[in-house]
Amino acid sequence: MTRYVLRRAGQGVFVLWAAFTVAFFVLYLLPSDPAALVASGGGEVSQVDPTQLAALRAEHGLDRPILVQYGDALLGALAGDFGASYVSGASATALVAQALPETLRLTGAALLVAVLGGTAVAVASVLPRARFLRQALSALPPLGVALPTFFVGLVLLQWFSFRLPVFPAIGNEGAVSLVLPTITLAVPAGAQLAQILSRSLRGTLGEPYVETAWAKGASRARVHLAHALRNAAIPAFTVLGVMVGGLLGGAVVTETVFSRQGLGRLTVQSVNQQDVPVVLAIVVFSALVFVVVTLVVDLVYPVLDPRIQLRTPRAASRRAASRRATAVTA
Amino acid sequence: MTTTPRAPRTQDPRRTPRRSVVGLAATVSAAGLLLSACSTGADAAGTGADASGEPVAGGDLTFAITVDSHCVDPQQVGNNDAIAAARQTVASLTAQDPESGEILPWLAESWEVNDDASSYTFHLRDDATFADGTPIDAAAVKTNFDAIVDLGAVASLGSQYLVGYAGTTVVDEHTVTVDFDEPSAQFLQATSTFSLGLLSPDSATLSTEDRCAGKYVGSGPFAVKSYTPDQEIVLEKVAGYDWGSEASSHTGEAYLDTVTLKVIPEAGVRSGSLQSGQIDATAALNAVDLPQFDGNGFWLSYRANPGVVFNLFPNESSPLAADEAVRTALVKGIDRQQIVDTVLTPQDQPATGVLSRSTPLFEGADDLLAYDPEGATKVLDDAGWVVGADGIREKDGRRLSTTVTFWQEPGALELVQQQLRQIGVDLQLKHVTVAEKEAATAAGDFDFDYYNLTRSDADVLRTIFSANARNVNQRDPEEVDELLDDSAAATDPEERRTLVSEASRLLLERGHAIPVYELSTTIAAADRVQGLTFEASSRLDFYDAWVTDGAGE
Repeated sequence: MTRYVLRRAGQGVFVLWAAFTVAFFVLYLLPSDPAALVASGGGEVSQVDPTQLAALRAEHGLDRPILVQYGDALLGALAGDFGASYVSGASATALVAQALPETLRLTGAALLVAVLGGTAVAVASVLPRARFLRQALSALPPLGVALPTFFVGLVLLQWFSFRLPVFPAIGNEGAVSLVLPTITLAVPAGAQLAQILSRSLRGTLGEPYVETAWAKGASRARVHLAHALRNAAIPAFTVLGVMVGGLLGGAVVTETVFSRQGLGRLTVQSVNQQDVPVVLAIVVFSALVFVVVTLVVDLVYPVLDPRIQLRTPRAASRRAASRRATAVTA
Repeated sequence: MTTTPRAPRTQDPRRTPRRSVVGLAATVSAAGLLLSACSTGADAAGTGADASGEPVAGGDLTFAITVDSHCVDPQQVGNNDAIAAARQTVASLTAQDPESGEILPWLAESWEVNDDASSYTFHLRDDATFADGTPIDAAAVKTNFDAIVDLGAVASLGSQYLVGYAGTTVVDEHTVTVDFDEPSAQFLQATSTFSLGLLSPDSATLSTEDRCAGKYVGSGPFAVKSYTPDQEIVLEKVAGYDWGSEASSHTGEAYLDTVTLKVIPEAGVRSGSLQSGQIDATAALNAVDLPQFDGNGFWLSYRANPGVVFNLFPNESSPLAADEAVRTALVKGIDRQQIVDTVLTPQDQPATGVLSRSTPLFEGADDLLAYDPEGATKVLDDAGWVVGADGIREKDGRRLSTTVTFWQEPGALELVQQQLRQIGVDLQLKHVTVAEKEAATAAGDFDFDYYNLTRSDADVLRTIFSANARNVNQRDPEEVDELLDDSAAATDPEERRTLVSEASRLLLERGHAIPVYELSTTIAAADRVQGLTFEASSRLDFYDAWVTDGAGE
């Protein structure tokens, strides 16, 4: 077990390095000049004197050879220091840390709503005896997946903030301001979860052990909830890991529509301004979240299903392959 | 605290006439406050609420901006939204009258300029202080100007205003002389801008990071109370501020207790928030949303941005734009009125010159900008551009086709594209992000550039076009450059006006500038908001703003 975790941690470090490196060179390859963007002050055309621009470039070390810049940035990143934002001069790490709590609150709430709502819809789409009801409920998840986040957000705003002043349209103040963004972000995630869970539930309900449960006289609710759901949950659980990353990405749109402070907004702004240190800090942080979440998901498998054992990745994946919807890679 | 409205000023369509009152004007006469908020579209300079009632002190205002530039330091910012906050936190040496463009006293009571506009002496008023009580003296002015020059490219606007800066001399406690290596007639107007607004000497030496975060002590009627990135900037009134400029409608402290600038990136959300009362005003609504705020408990007020209007700037180092026939045909081939009528708001105006009508010393050149497709066709025919099989002209095997790369709203250019097709010119549009646009400009591989530039001084014409300055056309010096360069040294306004007007006519005649339309800024506000206006550079001024329910709670 310890060996397994250590091995996975080592792979995680490789993923972080790769993410950092790819992001660094992609940003470097972009044709525009970050110094010129800073000098334009975010406003109209920059008219700054070329010598002043060169001075600014030198100040941020942008005049050094690319590999020197890369080595320097990598060493800094290892120490958790991504450098100072070109735009405001604030530490990139501090900017991410400042934006993070709001995004965690939003994605955490959305994850909770998505899991509860998604599970409820999935169970409800197999549980009722009435066929039409099951069919109607099965149609909900594809609809939820198809609706763009942007659209859901604006419709919710229109109805529950502009027409009926129930929730505030903008800002981060209080739990009330979290309601509409949470729903917006949770809809696609929850729908995706419900889609997978209900399909897997339907499959599980045809398994022999479920027949046995019926034969022993278990109630409809007990067969569905106690026997089938636990086994059916494994593919959905795998998706959950990927979904956390998706929620972080979805926060970009949700935070913009609801004018919330957070990592998504910081990402948009930093990419637009080509604020390289901040973008790198965000990329590495997001990669870290992915690594940790997939590891946690893999560690929880044996708890859900004792037949899954954590050994070397190759053996584990061979054993688990038949049960997993998506292969989990380090 | 005393707040004394100034006597009403004449020829001011947007400001509410105010009787001068003694002492605290804090009583709201209920009957008189039935606001008839209507706007009159006939007034080109702008329309506003016809408010009745005296301004009252107190109350809070929430204003929506579109983007947070992650900086609120007046000496560093260049984005209109950031400026909306930054402008309020600093006072400047001078102020500029929004109507006449005249430079008026603010922190400086008077000034002298030498003959070739290379040396300026300012006499400061002796009672003004920074928000922390430190006196604003000659030494503080020197510290600020020196610091802006040290900031270099980071002080994107201020460093341009101080090009050729030789140094500042403290003559005595309240007298300061600023010297330049070369004539710089634009500097007087520049002293009225927020970019050269004064921070306390201690603040001027802070790190750019702390200054961006709003941890500076300013000299304006408001101070930064709190700044939450991507969220809001809260300004609060500075107690004891008593040196408003003559460009404002009152003296004393600001009326509002606080101004909160909320960052709302989505235009639809700004509109809905204004409609539902979650914000009080904004200057960034989509054109289609504007009519619903014209009346119905709201008012609109607009003003053309001074400076260089949206222009196609020929890059004459490219073979296509080097052809004068092509350039002048483009000037004639654009139907500017149609652009305004079809794709822009009623608040936008067709260009009537290289500069916009709200720029001081502006003189229109409508005759040169009339829509003349026949004239354009003739110019191109005479130059040997022959219409090809697909309707696009050709000459020596080269098609009359070019691409414009830009990040601004595409509507106007899309119509220009259609109009130019009529005269056989193929204009391809490439709509990109600001970063991509910067890259394209740096590469220099284009025939025409497209943008506007806000500056409330005619010198902007010289800085852009002169072959000895930015030389946007990338051309060799010619007649027009003498006029432009002379205008930088002209201290007499009439002499400057003549030089600038002749230069802009020449630029149009030779096709060095191809004006399209004038950008304007429109404030949309709820009726409870009064007195919210534009300063001379079409930036927002919250100093005279007040809310009808501000007092009496």
